[in-house]
Amino acid sequence: MSEKLINLENIHKDYGGKVVLDNINLYVRDKEFVTLLGPSGCGKTTTLRIIGGFETPSAGVVYFDGKKINDLPPHKRPVNTVFQRYALFTHMNVYDNIAFGLRIAKVSENVIKDRVTNMLKLINLPDYAKREVSSLSGGEQQRIAIARALVNHPRVLLLDEPLGALDLKLRKEMQRELKSIQQQVGITFVYVTHDQEEALTMSDTIVVMNKGKIQQIGTPVDIYNEPKNAFVADFIGESNILDGVMHKDRLVSFCGKNFDCLDSGFEKDETVDVVVRPEDFEIVPIEDAQLVGTVKSTIFMGVHNEIMVETEDFTWKVHSIYNAEVGDKIGLFLTPDDIHIMHKS
Amino acid sequence: MRNRKMAALTTVPYVIWMALFVVIPLVLIVVYAFTSKAGGFTLQNFSAMGDYAKVFARSLWLALAATVICLIIGYPVAYALSKMGPSFQRTAIMLLMLPMWINFLLRTYAWMSLLENTGLINTFFDNIGLFDLINKIALSLASDPSAYQPIDHFQMINTQGAVILGMVYNYLPFMIMPIYSVIVKIDRSMIEAAQDLGADSVTVFRKVIFPLSLPGVLSGITMVFVPSVSTFILSKLLGGGMNMLLGDLIELQFMGGAYNPYVGSAISLVMMIIVMICMTVMNRFGDGEDQAVML
Ligand SMILES: Nc1ncnc2c1ncn2[C@@H]1O[C@H](COP(=O)(O)OP(=O)(O)O)[C@@H](O)[C@H]1O
Ligand SMILES: [Mg+2]
Repeated sequence: MSEKLINLENIHKDYGGKVVLDNINLYVRDKEFVTLLGPSGCGKTTTLRIIGGFETPSAGVVYFDGKKINDLPPHKRPVNTVFQRYALFTHMNVYDNIAFGLRIAKVSENVIKDRVTNMLKLINLPDYAKREVSSLSGGEQQRIAIARALVNHPRVLLLDEPLGALDLKLRKEMQRELKSIQQQVGITFVYVTHDQEEALTMSDTIVVMNKGKIQQIGTPVDIYNEPKNAFVADFIGESNILDGVMHKDRLVSFCGKNFDCLDSGFEKDETVDVVVRPEDFEIVPIEDAQLVGTVKSTIFMGVHNEIMVETEDFTWKVHSIYNAEVGDKIGLFLTPDDIHIMHKS
Repeated sequence: MRNRKMAALTTVPYVIWMALFVVIPLVLIVVYAFTSKAGGFTLQNFSAMGDYAKVFARSLWLALAATVICLIIGYPVAYALSKMGPSFQRTAIMLLMLPMWINFLLRTYAWMSLLENTGLINTFFDNIGLFDLINKIALSLASDPSAYQPIDHFQMINTQGAVILGMVYNYLPFMIMPIYSVIVKIDRSMIEAAQDLGADSVTVFRKVIFPLSLPGVLSGITMVFVPSVSTFILSKLLGGGMNMLLGDLIELQFMGGAYNPYVGSAISLVMMIIVMICMTVMNRFGDGEDQAVML
């Protein structure tokens, strides 16, 4: 078996001249949980539909287990999909919905009965077999949609924002449940979401997309700690992003001051994006501070306070467990590894 | 409060209209159906209908045949139409509806002139030498050539086939339209889900599209069967004298030689009941689950 279970090479897709996917290169390993993350309209669904066989790429090759599958119709692909709006069969009850794929595969009714029953247990709806799908809540429909796909033991499960319609509490619950199902059953997940927190908590690998292009591929920790550009930094977690000038290796200036940093390999005096995470600031006495500003507002957020600090050139978002009063003058301190420098894109 | 009064007021013309043109005629029909010529109560009008059993049977049979043919033609047409591009669909639907804007009688007269013994179709066959050819072959096969009667036309007009043709021609759009509109509304993602689960195009049709299109089929059947069973004139013009249908029979009782509005009312009443039974049965099929719970 090849290391890359699914492999997209140089995928382009345009609709009547409008470019939707621009040179997508990505692979998915066996049993990996890969998440496509990006804002609405960035091409996540289109990428997933190309893997599922519902769209053909305008250019590029789709490989499955080393074989080119560009021309393989959806019903012959060893993947199953959980659609964005579930797409349950409204003319069948829950049991028949889940049994649909197995019946087409000509599995015997006894075996089907066992597998559907087990699946209903797995998704925590053991007594729902005879229910009509129209009588189910969004969360229940969503779980049935997952069961309908999983029961076929696909090599790969494609999920398109499956938790999008659920309220926060149920969404958190389902995130845990899905992750544990994935590990229990041991199959590959390609998961689409625009929710960065969901991506960070569930994935082995995150693919960040914007405007039809891949911005960065990496583990959640990589993506969070070392965003490759301002877009990723902004999209994943919260960030202060401002213009700076890279004077030489490991020396950057912004807000009229020079700062030591860890980045190198830029042109002399290149204009760059400077990214600072709100939680990386240290609040220090004014005489020790690199930046001094006035507190404009402060909001209690639970574990921390969100303090907006206005300096001469920029208003910083600072997360701190300490509080400050509006109007206070406070000092901020950054160590070199708190400062992330990125090429302008 | 005032608004509600106003709203109630606006329904008055509608209520008057309904009373005048629906309820009163209906009541009159019921009253007449149970009234004897002398003016007393009677059931005789219904027993008199026994004479017309053949007309009932023929009406039901022809309407049924027309409905089945409409379904066989209409379903594939509706399905194919739903797969075409949007601009093609619009044009095709307009063409489909176009004949309906022409008067029913005119359309039927047009068919008469096509189907007549010396009509367009027979003349065409004659001109291309079809009848000569048939006569020659038949003559060479005949055991007794001297007894063979050569033909110079096909008998199309004044047959039951012509009546069925007329019904199919007139009511086919009523079969196509409801089926088409149900099929185009089927959620595409449901079809994709079926493909995703391994269904090829035949299976997708059998397990998803067809079951989901059944409500359209049922209303199509109703919309063809009901006007077919009550149609009149059509049988007179295309079927000749010997294919009288219920509609013609009723006309005959009220306007024609057999003047007897009491029997006519009784027939109308029975026909209405047939139609109502038919529609109820169809509705029941339509949303079986809901109804089953209510029963
Ligand atoms: N069938 C289509 N025809 C034209 N444009 C499309 C079609 N499908 C998607 N698009 C466009 O492609 C872009 C990406 O869509 P999509 O992949 O659905 O984004 P996402 O799932 O990330 O929100 C959007 O701008 C959308 O409008
Ligand atoms: Mg999408």
